[in-house]
Amino acid sequence: MSVLLIAEHNNKELKPFTLNAVTAASQIDQDLHVLVIGHNAGDVAKSASNIPLVKKVIHVDNPIYENYLAENFTPVIVQNSEKYSYLVCSANTFGKNLMPRVAALLDISQISDIIKVISSDTFLRPIYAGNAFATVKSNDQKKCITIRPTSFEQAESSGGSAEIITSEAKENYEESKFIKKEEVKSDRPELGTARVVISGGRGMQSGDNFKLITQVADKLNAAIGASRAAVDAGYITNDHQVGQTGKVVVPDLYIAVGISGAIQHLAGMKESKVIVAINKDGEAPIFSVADYGLEADLFEALPQFLEELNKLNTIQK
Amino acid sequence: MKILVAVKRVIDYNVQIRVKDDGTGVVTDNVKMSTNPPDDNAIEEAVKIKESGKAKEIVAITIGEEKAQETVRKALAVGADRGIHVKVEGIVEPLAVSKILQKIVDKEKPDLVFMGKQAIDDDCNQTGQMLAALLNWPQATFASNINIKDKSLEVTREIDEGLETIEVKIPAIVTCDLRLNEPRYASLPNIMKAKKKPLEQISASELGVDTKPRIEQIKVEEPPKRKAGIKVSSVAELVQKLKNEAKVI
Ligand SMILES: Cc1cc2nc3c(=O)[nH]c(=O)nc-3n(C[C@H](O)[C@H](O)[C@H](O)COP(=O)(O)OP(=O)(O)OC[C@H]3O[C@@H](n4cnc5c(N)ncnc54)[C@H](O)[C@@H]3O)c2cc1C
Ligand SMILES: Nc1ncnc2c1ncn2[C@@H]1O[C@H](COP(=O)(O)O)[C@@H](O)[C@H]1O
Repeated sequence: MSVLLIAEHNNKELKPFTLNAVTAASQIDQDLHVLVIGHNAGDVAKSASNIPLVKKVIHVDNPIYENYLAENFTPVIVQNSEKYSYLVCSANTFGKNLMPRVAALLDISQISDIIKVISSDTFLRPIYAGNAFATVKSNDQKKCITIRPTSFEQAESSGGSAEIITSEAKENYEESKFIKKEEVKSDRPELGTARVVISGGRGMQSGDNFKLITQVADKLNAAIGASRAAVDAGYITNDHQVGQTGKVVVPDLYIAVGISGAIQHLAGMKESKVIVAINKDGEAPIFSVADYGLEADLFEALPQFLEELNKLNTIQK
Repeated sequence: MKILVAVKRVIDYNVQIRVKDDGTGVVTDNVKMSTNPPDDNAIEEAVKIKESGKAKEIVAITIGEEKAQETVRKALAVGADRGIHVKVEGIVEPLAVSKILQKIVDKEKPDLVFMGKQAIDDDCNQTGQMLAALLNWPQATFASNINIKDKSLEVTREIDEGLETIEVKIPAIVTCDLRLNEPRYASLPNIMKAKKKPLEQISASELGVDTKPRIEQIKVEEPPKRKAGIKVSSVAELVQKLKNEAKVI
């Protein structure tokens, strides 16, 4: 009985969510191994081996793994799966794309997006955009599981010294080819792990107006989020979308501005510790989940908010 | 070119679902059902490709109980040519759905299979990737743009970091995001015409696929409720509360 966790990385660094997945995986079984598939990803294997909860790292390095393609990663995982009772990874776009391809080849019915480990075969997961929680038990011998990263703390990342072994690459999958990635680089905290998130919705009316959000975000060292409607309207790029079909965030403080609070949006933010809603419609459903609701025009409220924040000199970073 | 599109019948996205008191699931009696939203995008994309002259036939398929046929009829009303209903009662897990789809693909030999990226009831996000695995086909998941080339597709995928473009050779599986296109509505005359389009019914057992769930649903419950908050009367009060009461700034 042991767990194989598929690491998400960019060949230089582990993605932070891998540490949340480590926590969940170690709750399933203590004998936790990490699989690093990449190109020139030695540093990644090294940092995985530094995680104290990790017992062993398997490193597969080849130019064909420079860019992530599920079609290429899957045969490596299947080849290494034999000794493991569990295959796990994060339930973000990386793991969602990858794990079902692995599960089908192993004839396993995957459990997606778990938010709690109840026992070694039983897990809690949200269904219907988080409007219900299902307790599910897997009857497959081997289990494929994806983990909702924000539901688990990040594991300690240093102090360990797990053994690193290398394993063989598989053949290149010729029918799929990576072309390009348009990554939006920013100095802000990542949406998934930020302590404070401020999101704008259709009420922002334009991409330009998002600068009102940006100014407050700068002041609070916050990540910026958005509703699907704001992304659809082109105010901001898709990587900012929070919700059922976007990202799930659980910050200490979530500020929703000009967002009505559709269930699909709530699915991505309602576990936040403190929720603030700024909306001019007093009946907007967002107020039903807000700890602090401000019924106001955002074009007046946001500049005032910035002004008030400027008066404080104790903003925590 | 022939395109197969998988459509699932789910509780309408506007419905506030209710959990059954006995914890066995959610209430579906007298609840509005619709096509899973991104599956509408999948059909729309197929129809657009056919309209551009690049596809000859669109086959819509659903797997589920008798009433699931409605989703196929709707697909026929917006432009699919033919329908298939694979009849199964109860929960069908993505693994079983993908095995059924594999059998249909073997028979129909489509060049492309379009599906939604995620069913909004089980929120599994598995079926397309599983089908691609079983067929050993390329998978272009979470597609927000599709560009058809000679024997391949260039697909823009929505990923956490932004956008990614991949090229996949045909035959391939594409799972669609809501941003792929704007699904059309079915006109009344087209709804009438759709009633005359062929809809074949088969049972999962005829196909030789075991659909027995591997995952036991032990209990379904309401998520914990947030306690009611307060309305503040001014921005100054909001900032004061965030600082002194919630202590988050
Ligand atoms: C399958 C599916 C998946 C989906 N997934 C997601 C998802 O992941 N994330 C997501 O967000 N949505 C998702 N949606 C869409 C969701 O249903 C809503 O349409 C969307 O969240 C609405 O965005 P909004 O609140 O910005 O816009 P609206 O609902 O239009 O709300 C705008 C709000 O702004 C307020 N407002 C306007 N002007 C001002 C002003 N000057 N000052 C203050 N307030 C103002 C209005 O009162 C209103 O409440 C999904 C939908 C479907 C069908
Ligand atoms: N029972 C079904 N019948 C037809 N298509 C389905 C069914 N279940 C899943 N699908 C397809 O697979 C996609 C992803 O579903 P899921 O993996 O359950 O999130 C859906 O958007 C549909 O296109």
